Amino acid sequence: MNFDDTPQEAAFRAEARAWIDANAPKELEAELSKPSAKRASENRDGMIDVAKAWQKKKADAGWACLHWPKDYGGRGSTPIERVIWQQEEGVYDKLSRPFAIGQGMCGPTVMAYADEEQKRKYLPPLASGETIWCQLFSEPAGGSDVAGLRTRAEKDGDDWIVNGQKIWTSGAHYSDFGILITRTDANVPKHKGLTMFFLDMKSPGVEVKPIKQANGMQEFNEVFFTNVRIPDSQRLGAVGDGWNVSLTTLMNERMSIGARLSTGFPELFEFCSNLMLEDGLAIDDRSVRSKLASWAVKNSGLKYTSYRSISALSKGDRPGPENSIGKLVSGSMLQDIAMFAADLQGASGALTDGDADTAGQFQAMILQSPSMRIAGGTDEILRNIIAERVLGLPGDIRVDKDVPFNKIPTKGR
Amino acid sequence: MNFDDTPQEAAFRAEAKAWIAANAPKQYEDELKKASLGRIQLRSANILEVAKAWQKKKADAGWAVPHWPKDYGGRRASPIERVIWQQEEGVFGKLGALFIIGHGMCGPTMMAYAAEDQKRHYLPPLASGENIWCQLFSEPAGGSDVAGLRTRAEKDGADWVINGQKIWTSGAHYSDYGILITRTDPTVPKHKGLTMFFLDMKSPGVEVKPIKQANGQAEFNEVYFTDVRIPDAQRLGAVGDGWNVSLTTLMNERMAIGANVATGFPELFEFCNNLMLEDGLAIDDRAVRSKLASWAVRASGLKYTSFRAISALSRGERPGPENSIGKLVAGAMLQDVATYALDLQGAAGVLSGPDDAEAAGKFQAMLLRSPATRVEGGTDEILRNIIAERVLGLPGDIRVDKDVPFNKIPTKGR
Amino acid sequence: MNFDFSDDQKQLRDEARRFLTEKCPPKAVREVIDGKATYDRELWKGLADMGFLGVAIPEAFGGSGAGHLELCVIAEEMGRALAPVPFSSTVYLAAEALMLAGSDAQKQKWLPAIASGAAVGTLALFEGSGNPSPGAIKLTASNGTLNGIKKPVPDGAVADFAIVAARTASTGRETDISLFLVDLTSEGVEAKALTNIDPSRGQAEISFKNVKAELLGPANEGWSILTRVLDRAAVLIAFEQVGGADRALEMGRDYALDRIAFGRQIGSFQAVKHMLADMYVSATLARSNCYYGAWALSTNASELPEAAAAARISATQAFQHCAKNNIQVHGGMGFTWEFDCHLYYRRSNALALGLGSLSYWEDALIDRMRQRNAAA
Ligand SMILES: Cc1cc2nc3c(=O)[nH]c(=O)nc-3n(C[C@H](O)[C@H](O)[C@H](O)COP(=O)(O)OP(=O)(O)OC[C@H]3O[C@@H](n4cnc5c(N)ncnc54)[C@H](O)[C@@H]3O)c2cc1C
Ligand SMILES: Cc1cc2nc3c(=O)[nH]c(=O)nc-3n(C[C@H](O)[C@H](O)[C@H](O)COP(=O)(O)OP(=O)(O)OC[C@H]3O[C@@H](n4cnc5c(N)ncnc54)[C@H](O)[C@@H]3O)c2cc1C
Repeated sequence: MNFDDTPQEAAFRAEARAWIDANAPKELEAELSKPSAKRASENRDGMIDVAKAWQKKKADAGWACLHWPKDYGGRGSTPIERVIWQQEEGVYDKLSRPFAIGQGMCGPTVMAYADEEQKRKYLPPLASGETIWCQLFSEPAGGSDVAGLRTRAEKDGDDWIVNGQKIWTSGAHYSDFGILITRTDANVPKHKGLTMFFLDMKSPGVEVKPIKQANGMQEFNEVFFTNVRIPDSQRLGAVGDGWNVSLTTLMNERMSIGARLSTGFPELFEFCSNLMLEDGLAIDDRSVRSKLASWAVKNSGLKYTSYRSISALSKGDRPGPENSIGKLVSGSMLQDIAMFAADLQGASGALTDGDADTAGQFQAMILQSPSMRIAGGTDEILRNIIAERVLGLPGDIRVDKDVPFNKIPTKGR
Repeated sequence: MNFDDTPQEAAFRAEAKAWIAANAPKQYEDELKKASLGRIQLRSANILEVAKAWQKKKADAGWAVPHWPKDYGGRRASPIERVIWQQEEGVFGKLGALFIIGHGMCGPTMMAYAAEDQKRHYLPPLASGENIWCQLFSEPAGGSDVAGLRTRAEKDGADWVINGQKIWTSGAHYSDYGILITRTDPTVPKHKGLTMFFLDMKSPGVEVKPIKQANGQAEFNEVYFTDVRIPDAQRLGAVGDGWNVSLTTLMNERMAIGANVATGFPELFEFCNNLMLEDGLAIDDRAVRSKLASWAVRASGLKYTSFRAISALSRGERPGPENSIGKLVAGAMLQDVATYALDLQGAAGVLSGPDDAEAAGKFQAMLLRSPATRVEGGTDEILRNIIAERVLGLPGDIRVDKDVPFNKIPTKGR
Repeated sequence: MNFDFSDDQKQLRDEARRFLTEKCPPKAVREVIDGKATYDRELWKGLADMGFLGVAIPEAFGGSGAGHLELCVIAEEMGRALAPVPFSSTVYLAAEALMLAGSDAQKQKWLPAIASGAAVGTLALFEGSGNPSPGAIKLTASNGTLNGIKKPVPDGAVADFAIVAARTASTGRETDISLFLVDLTSEGVEAKALTNIDPSRGQAEISFKNVKAELLGPANEGWSILTRVLDRAAVLIAFEQVGGADRALEMGRDYALDRIAFGRQIGSFQAVKHMLADMYVSATLARSNCYYGAWALSTNASELPEAAAAARISATQAFQHCAKNNIQVHGGMGFTWEFDCHLYYRRSNALALGLGSLSYWEDALIDRMRQRNAAA
């Protein structure tokens, strides 16, 4: 047992480090190191342009999407090299956020289902950040239950005509392309009548309306489709096979190992180390310590869990199921920690602009954290997945499985 | 809003207080105060005898099961008077533990379904503690799912012949009578083929086998029935209507259990008030305080929730659904409180002998008994379902066993 | 990065599991619980024959010299099987103390005896309620003579020797404490078995009346040695806890698949599924923290104090969580003496206390994290 790189890994790390050292936008390092500076995806102060510039620079030197094949804009790296790159990229990784959905989910789906010519055309600019992609899955009628979607695609000659609405589409407002799942047959059971496409977000009939989030920001959108034409050549997978295609995407969404999920713990620990309470430093208070300790071991538990997966990758093995706990643990932890930090601030904990040292970071965390427990699979869905796929417990009893889609009840009470 | 008694209530309280002061078995007061959860034991006397004697004394003076009608051994006290009595009886109420099932569940079921002469015959000795009753519902095949039971009753002349097995029957080993739910028709859907009876536990063919519990005690039993004959006259409710009859019992059960559930908090608070840690009293430690405070508000929340129910009763109204949270909150809390009390004792927290352990091993006993609280009388999960469905109006679970003949329902996993 | 046990170590785990499955079924645990034996002597002998007792003891002292990673692997299996033997007191406490601080002669005398199964050892630290602290040690040593009472002492009634923490001065500092090695057959030693919540493991009170004893390690350095011993034992016991947590989770899962209520497997109810998923989450977090502890222990890393506290807290929480909810999944069956659920529940609560309480280790963890931050 050790934490050392193999000689090849060490060589790769040295190369990556040297390149980053010579090329990273150092002027942003301080800003990016602040927890509050996470939200490049919101495109405040032209952050998107900065992100794109860094991504392009990486691509030119062969450091973008490094685990992708060279022909598609990557460098054919091993999974462990990808992890090493992430470790070395450090805070600059925050600049990759606008590309996360495109490169993490859309790219792999295109890679698995598009034809060779399309892959060579669309993937390199996706890797280099010249184009941004979004994922058009969730609808008002189905988020956890994606397969309950109602956006229709009807065949018309060589095209499909799409009508309907998507919701919660992150980044749709600055995306160039998207992958879109639609219903092509409402007379068969729900999982069987779906078909996947990719489309140009500038197609006529696509309308993006930003949604103001609970925390006041605007990262996701409603997307309306009115007689949008998509050529059949942009279909991904067979007609009616959309559900299987979407599983490729979702699996990639949940698989990103080493993706550091923030738990809020390092921020809280630092905060408590400096905060003066009435009778001393917060960290010297026994009740604070007891809470900190419980979170500390969750935080380290997550870190070492991902190390276990990384070790498997390093040996060329498939990681075990242990990584599936990450988002479930960190989501509610982030929320609890944020609330506790605000509690420590007493009545002024309600202020969001705060004084300079914490600058409202925990308040922002309070408002942001509920979405962590929803986006990319709710806590409840993740528990189902662990129970069913890891522990082998039976699936829920389904009322919607073998019923034609247009016969399934659609509204609560 | 106030916490005062009305003049009538005050008069009733004074009377009760005076009688208790004059008659309670004071010699056991200290031991009862210290008694932990689980079956109470007295060092100096047989608990069963002491409990029966106290119950009989109360009955003779008209204080046993005060809310029952006079003819059946009560004094027709109002619901609020019943609560006042409980408050005044205090620690001596712990002696009533043996009778809870009989008084709280079997009695009300008899009252609702037995014939008048049966009620006059059986209820007064139940009230006075001369007879102890048990509840024969759960089976190996069904605890949460009581309606999955398999004990058969077949008609034979004016009798029914019973064959099968019950399990988890608290107190069956010292009970005189029991109420028993059976399956009389396995070819109809599960809730429809059930029938309820009461029976003499000394009937030929009834065999009681104590089950040793996880905490080492044996409060509950397996009860086997081999060709046990029960006269049709001892049927409670119509043939096939057992499920509805059982709901009367279970509803009363949750009221009975929900009323004064132990949370462990008062014991923990007292313990922390006296426990010296390395650098002072436990109660002065901030970490201890933070834990105590969050349990304190749960305990007080439960207490005032029950006060709200009492106030409704006092106005002659039906209490709302809020009391249904009692056992759910208290069960998990008891377990956490006990775990924490041991934690405060450090390595010596493992010791459980009354002479070696802190607080005479009270918290160790509580730790070992507490898992049962989260199961008996409805598991935590079933209670959450009940709150969700009956209080919040959410839909029931999707059922695969509802309209299927009982003998077609799957019985074994994988 | 290679943050995993090696193939050889995994093979050792399989071997230990096979051995314990055969030699230490629940029936064997129950023999001890029912008071038919103070511990399972046959199993103890078997563990010695397999080389498990001396796996971390150097060859020069009769062990196999394999190392602490190997010991972690075995500890996990011991926890899983609830082995009713004085393994933790002998191997994690007494042997570790000897290896850290013993003289050559002391090691020569006791380590080979531990490895061969001939001697049971323990650590006599606590004196009634409370957590490890120099101030709590009242038992005195003057001129190599001990007087005082220790309680609880794990496996104290069956141990052949004990490492005893004694007060050799009263300045109010850590240096007041020294460690002594005592042959428990010495005159003036009296051990009395005490009932405890996990009867599969013994606890005792030992009184010392003018007992002759020899120093273990330098005088006045007892506390710092002890701290290191406790850290090492914390990692090893954490592995036992993870083994127990995993087994409790498996039992719950298996029962949820087997038990039918309302015409379906209870494992198909989300209330049950989610309860089990949450158990898996705590067991996984604990296992990962334990691996880090194992690395720190086996490399004698400066991170050991922090890693040990994290492993202990996380594993304590996980085992308690899994053991109590395993009972819950079992319903009434879980509360019977006959089902094994309560054995895990008892053990989970006993292990949570043995080296000092959760609160104590929480405090320790934060202290240690701060020290590291201050140093950085
Ligand atoms: C910040 C953010 C960004 C997002 N970005 C995107 C995006 O880019 N593209 C995209 O397609 N979607 C996106 N989503 C949508 C996200 O995937 C869905 O919100 C999520 O899957 C939940 O679906 P829902 O909102 O319809 O809630 P519902 O599915 O209606 O869930 C409501 C509640 O019911 C529970 N529930 C539902 N089904 C079950 C079940 N079977 N068992 C137990 N509980 C259940 C849920 O856990 C939840 O508590 C985003 C969401 C957020 C918050
Ligand atoms: C101390 C004690 C005393 C008792 N005394 C009596 C008595 O006097 N008379 C009597 O008749 N019975 C008595 N019982 C039995 C008690 O009522 C049952 O144990 C209880 O109802 C649970 O049933 P079970 O044991 O069959 O568990 P199961 O019903 O098999 O439950 C196993 C697990 O599955 C869960 N589960 C089951 N169904 C569902 C569902 N629909 N949704 C979600 N989760 C579910 C449960 O919550 C539990 O976690 C006693 C039990 C105890 C522990």
